[in-house]
Order: sequence, then structure tokens, then C-alpha cells
Amino acid sequence: MFENLQLLFDYPSLGVDLVANGLMIGAIFALAAFGMALVWGVLGIINVAQGEFVMLGGFVALTAAGLGVPPLLTIPLAAIALFILGWGLYRLVIFRVVDRDLFVSLLATFGLSIILQQLSNEIFGADVRTLETGLGTLVLFDGQIVLAEIKLVSFVTALTVGLALWAFLKRARLGQAIRATAQNARAARILGIDTDRVYAATYALNAALCGAAGSLVVMAWTIHPYIGLPYTVRSFLVVIVAGLGNIVAVITAGLGLGALENLAGFILGAEYQIAFVFVLMVILLVGRNFWLRRKREYLE
Amino acid sequence: MILGNVLKKLGVVLMAAALTTGMTVKASAKVEGDTVYLGAAISLTGKYSTNGAHTRKGYDLAVEQINAAGGVTVDGQAYKLGIIYYDDESTPARGAQLAERLIQQDGVQFILGPYSSGLTRAMAPITEKYGIPMVEANGASISLFQEGYKYLFAVLSTTEQYLQGAIDLAAETAGEGQTLRVGLAMENDPFSQDVRAGVIADAERLGMRIVIDDKLPPELNDMSATLAKVRALRPDLLVVSGHAKGAALAIRQIADSRIDIPMLALTHCDAAQVIEKFAEKAEFALCASQWAPGLSYSDDLFGSARDFADLFEATFDYAPPYQSAESAAAVMVFADAFERAGSFDPLAVRDALAETDMLTFYGGIEFDETGRNIAKPMVLFQVQDGEYRVVYPSGASEAELRHPTPRWSER
Repeated sequence: MFENLQLLFDYPSLGVDLVANGLMIGAIFALAAFGMALVWGVLGIINVAQGEFVMLGGFVALTAAGLGVPPLLTIPLAAIALFILGWGLYRLVIFRVVDRDLFVSLLATFGLSIILQQLSNEIFGADVRTLETGLGTLVLFDGQIVLAEIKLVSFVTALTVGLALWAFLKRARLGQAIRATAQNARAARILGIDTDRVYAATYALNAALCGAAGSLVVMAWTIHPYIGLPYTVRSFLVVIVAGLGNIVAVITAGLGLGALENLAGFILGAEYQIAFVFVLMVILLVGRNFWLRRKREYLE
Repeated sequence: MILGNVLKKLGVVLMAAALTTGMTVKASAKVEGDTVYLGAAISLTGKYSTNGAHTRKGYDLAVEQINAAGGVTVDGQAYKLGIIYYDDESTPARGAQLAERLIQQDGVQFILGPYSSGLTRAMAPITEKYGIPMVEANGASISLFQEGYKYLFAVLSTTEQYLQGAIDLAAETAGEGQTLRVGLAMENDPFSQDVRAGVIADAERLGMRIVIDDKLPPELNDMSATLAKVRALRPDLLVVSGHAKGAALAIRQIADSRIDIPMLALTHCDAAQVIEKFAEKAEFALCASQWAPGLSYSDDLFGSARDFADLFEATFDYAPPYQSAESAAAVMVFADAFERAGSFDPLAVRDALAETDMLTFYGGIEFDETGRNIAKPMVLFQVQDGEYRVVYPSGASEAELRHPTPRWSER
């Protein structure tokens, strides 16, 4: 561990390289986390199947590319396909658990995640897959920083989608309805908002965001039917840090997590990279708990 | 009184139970007409389904070929071979259940191994308990052979040998008095850690220095932290083991980040289809393999390694992965043992298996007292001009090693 730190001091550009690569990964976490924050805030459901949507997005992109679609165009395609799937899943399962206990919806989405895993194993096979984009590599500052262009693409995509989502929630009719429902579902219903439709749209939107993230994952890294869990955990972590209603915070937290994780992987060794994510999550949860308690005491 | 009665009844029941189990175990091997049945629980569904299918095709092809050549002659009579298959769903618990079922219900007395070390580890205690010989072709973990099993035989090379060849090759390229620096990126699972132990032992024996020793978590989907170290420390040899996922990630990210490594050695290149997917990005990579069609081994049943590959491709429409080749070899080992034992008695067959000394298209097969095949070395391919060429062991190699790998800026 100390020699790794030493290495960072000897080659400062290494740290920049690690952070830059981490930010790109973080952008993908942020994309999946937008969706989780939405669903959590509006439906009151913690969607455990988040990572499976990411995984499915990757497989949709692969299938589309196999049919001759240019790789980058598979990003919107994956989003659309997952939107439809998300809508269907809402109508089939999720609407039954919306107003129930949190435990029920956790179980339901956990069940969904297992079914999606096994189905994709059955349909797409268990192999590790990846999609070649034909994009090159950016070499900056005389080889000090090296970035794969596809990672830049995912970074830009995540930021654009974040902005678009923010504008959609502020301006569009459906976006306003979503916010109204999140604030007070009963009041929204009284004011004539079809909350069931809003729920369906939110859940589908979440799936679409994950789908886009998944298509980026398969182009930048690899995908297989059992890849989902780390993405679920990371979106959960990002949402805990960022809170439910703040898209800018989600982006910041996502990028921060990506960069921190990469640095931790370097300094502590790759075997502790995911452990670091979990430890961070526990610390944040405990910290948040203290913070909330302090507030409550203050109010009394 | 009552207690005595109950005990007496219990005793009768227990005795009956003991008798029935005793009878099933003692019953003669499953022979119907002129066909003797082997049993196999392999992963037809679940996460090992791809390799499970390769395994099954290897078994089937060998059975077909042996039967077409007249079957096995035991005690003057010709028998055909048949296989009873079950799907273990890639889960060890199911594999153990199915082994029990094959032996207890189906009366099978000879088991062909499942796919993966994990499932083999789950089934071996069962076959051991009933004294049923198992010849396996897809469980490479060295730990399988440290349990003192008497009925387990493996035709493949064990894990610690997987990448030792890369160390040998690297040593050959070293200049006078040069201390080679080795980087390791190994998945934190039993298979890759076995590989790691083998590599470290050899590297230390040859006076090399380990400068990176990262253990990749099984869920990891990104190697950039490890690769940053590689960029800074510039090892002469980078060894990566993490199944197909690790191979795909390593090839992709090393190319994307343009990291220059004089020698890169991997496992599972063919499973990850690195040539098909990454084309020139995979050039110069060294890949460990149990077997290759270009090897000079041959036998009377299939002919040469190349003949086996041609027959397999004609039958199943794709080039045989080594999993199929070793699976076919496992069936051949049983056939050979039946003929030498002259009976289908499990104990006699076990003893015959232990005496195995044969040459096949897959390589030599000879078991040590732990059941490992000690007559076949691992093979190393190098990706050269979009093809796998054997570069190690030197006796069986098809091509010269291309070393060092040119820098990305010069490609």
C-alpha cells in the first residue's frame, strides 16, 4: 500500500490519469443513479433490479450492433427498448407494490433481478461479451494521460442526459406531473394527475436511463448476465450521498465515486476496490443517520 | 417393553435400509443388452452452459467414434458405450444430488466428470463414498488432488501449471544478469489463485521479481487501477488470470490505454474469443491452453490432433475448444480401462485406470497416485497474424515466439 502511495508521489501524472479514468466510469454510475433516485423519490421503491437493467441495455446494444446498427446509435436504441420493458414490468409487477411496505417492493424487485439474470443467461448465453466501437484512444500531454474515446463519449452522454432530464422535469408537462407526484401523490391525484401513468412513466424512464448506461458499459468494458449487482450497489451509494431530488448532486456524487474508487483500487490494491465501495456506503449511512438525528433533536 | 419393541422395529428398519443401500451399491454395472452406461451431470444451463455444451460434445463424439469402431471388448464380448446425462444447472449442490441419483437410482458405475473445478469438488465425495470411478476432464484445481481421493482421475493439467510456461519463455528471453520483473493481476477465486501460486513459485525459482501482485475481485469490471501500476512500473511480463472476463478486459483495456508490455500472458483467451473480438489488439498475447489442434499427438481412434479438430468441426460446425478435446479423451480413458480390466467391476476398473499409460490425440495420459495426469504439459499459444500458434513447449511448437511486443506507437 505504501509503495503504491510512493508511486503516486513519484509520478503525479499517474494520479491525474487515474482520476480522469475514474470520472469517466463515474459518469456511467451517475446515469444509472439518476434513474434510481427518480424511482425512489416518486414511487418510494428502491429498485434492486437496477443493475440488471444496465446489463440488459448492454445486451440490447450487442444485439442491435449484430444486426448492423452502428455502435453509437445503439445507445438510444437500448434506451427505447428498456423504456418499453420498464413500462411492461410496471404494468405487470411494480404497480402492485407501489403503496406497500418498503420490504415488499425490495423483495419484488430482488425477484425481478433474479428472473432477468436467468432469462438473459438463457437467451444471450453466459459468455462475457463486449462491443467494439472502432473508436480510438486520446493521448494527451505526451502520453501522460491516456483516455479511450469511448469513455469520453460516455462522459458526455451522461452529462447531456442529466441536463436533458433536469430540463424535462422542470419544463415538460409529464416532468412536472412527476415532480408533483413525488411531492404529494394524494394531492396530485386530487388535482387530476393520473398518478398511475406517472408511476409507469417514471419506472420506464429509469429503465431507459439504465439501458443507455448499459450500452456504454458494453462498449467501454464487458458485460455478462451476472454483472448487475455492482451497478445496483453503486447507484444506491450515489443516491444516498446525493439525496433524491438533486440531479446536479447525483452527477457530482457519481463522478466522485468513480474517481475515488479508481484511486482506492490503485492504492489499496484491486482486491479492495469493491470492498472500498461497501465500506464507504456503511460510513455514509452511519454518518447520515447521525446527521438526521442531530437535526431532529434541533427541531424538538 | 414398549421401548424395547420400538428399538427392535427401528433395528429392523435400519437393517432393511442398510441391506437396500448395500444391494444398490453392489449391483453390477448398468449394462443393457450390449451397451454399458456411463453417467454424467454437466452444466447444460446456468453460467457454465457454454462450456457444458463443449464438454458434452466431446463426450458424444468420443462415444460415437468408439462405437463406430466396434465398441469396447470386455471378456471377449463387444459392448457399446452410452451416456446418461443430467443437467446440473451449474450449481454444485445440484451436481452432488445428481451424482447420487446416477449411482443410486440409475445404477451407473462409471462417472464422467462435470464442467469446472467447483462442480467436480461437489461430486467427488459422492463417487468416493460409493467407490465409483470418475474420470474428469474439466476440473483443474490442484486442491482436488490433495484430498486423497482414490477414485478420481483427471486427464487435464492442473491449475498451477497453467502459466508456468510463460515464466519459462520469459526466462529464455532475459539478457545476461537481468532480473526480470513480473506483474500479476489474478482474480481472487480458487482457480486464479492456484495459477498465481504456480507462477510465483516458478518466478522465484528463476530469480524474477514480482513488482505487481493485484487480486481482482470477481465482480470487477474495470482494470484501470491495476493497469496504471503497469504503466508506472513497466514489468517485463504481465500475467493475467480471470477467466474469459479477465482476458477480455485485459486485452481491451491494455489496447485502449496504449500500455506497452513486452510480454503479456493470459488464460481463457479462446473462451473470450480474443481474436474474433479484438483482432489486432490481441496480437502478441500469450494464451495458456490444455490442448491445440496443431500439436503432434495422435492415436488409433481419432488419428492426429488435427484429424480430431477436422472431425469435430465437420460434426458441430465450429473449431473444437480444448474443453471438448479433453472431454473426448476422458471417454477414451474409460474405454481403455474397461478393456484392460476385462470386467465392469468398479474396483477392477479403478485399478486399471490407475495403471493407465496411453497416448491420445490429446496428449499422453498417465496418472500419479493422486489421480493427476502427469504425461501432458500445458500449451502456450501466441496470437500471430490473427491466429493462435503454439510457441510452447518448444518440442511441440509451431512457430517462433515473437518478442518483445512492439510499442503501441510503433504498431
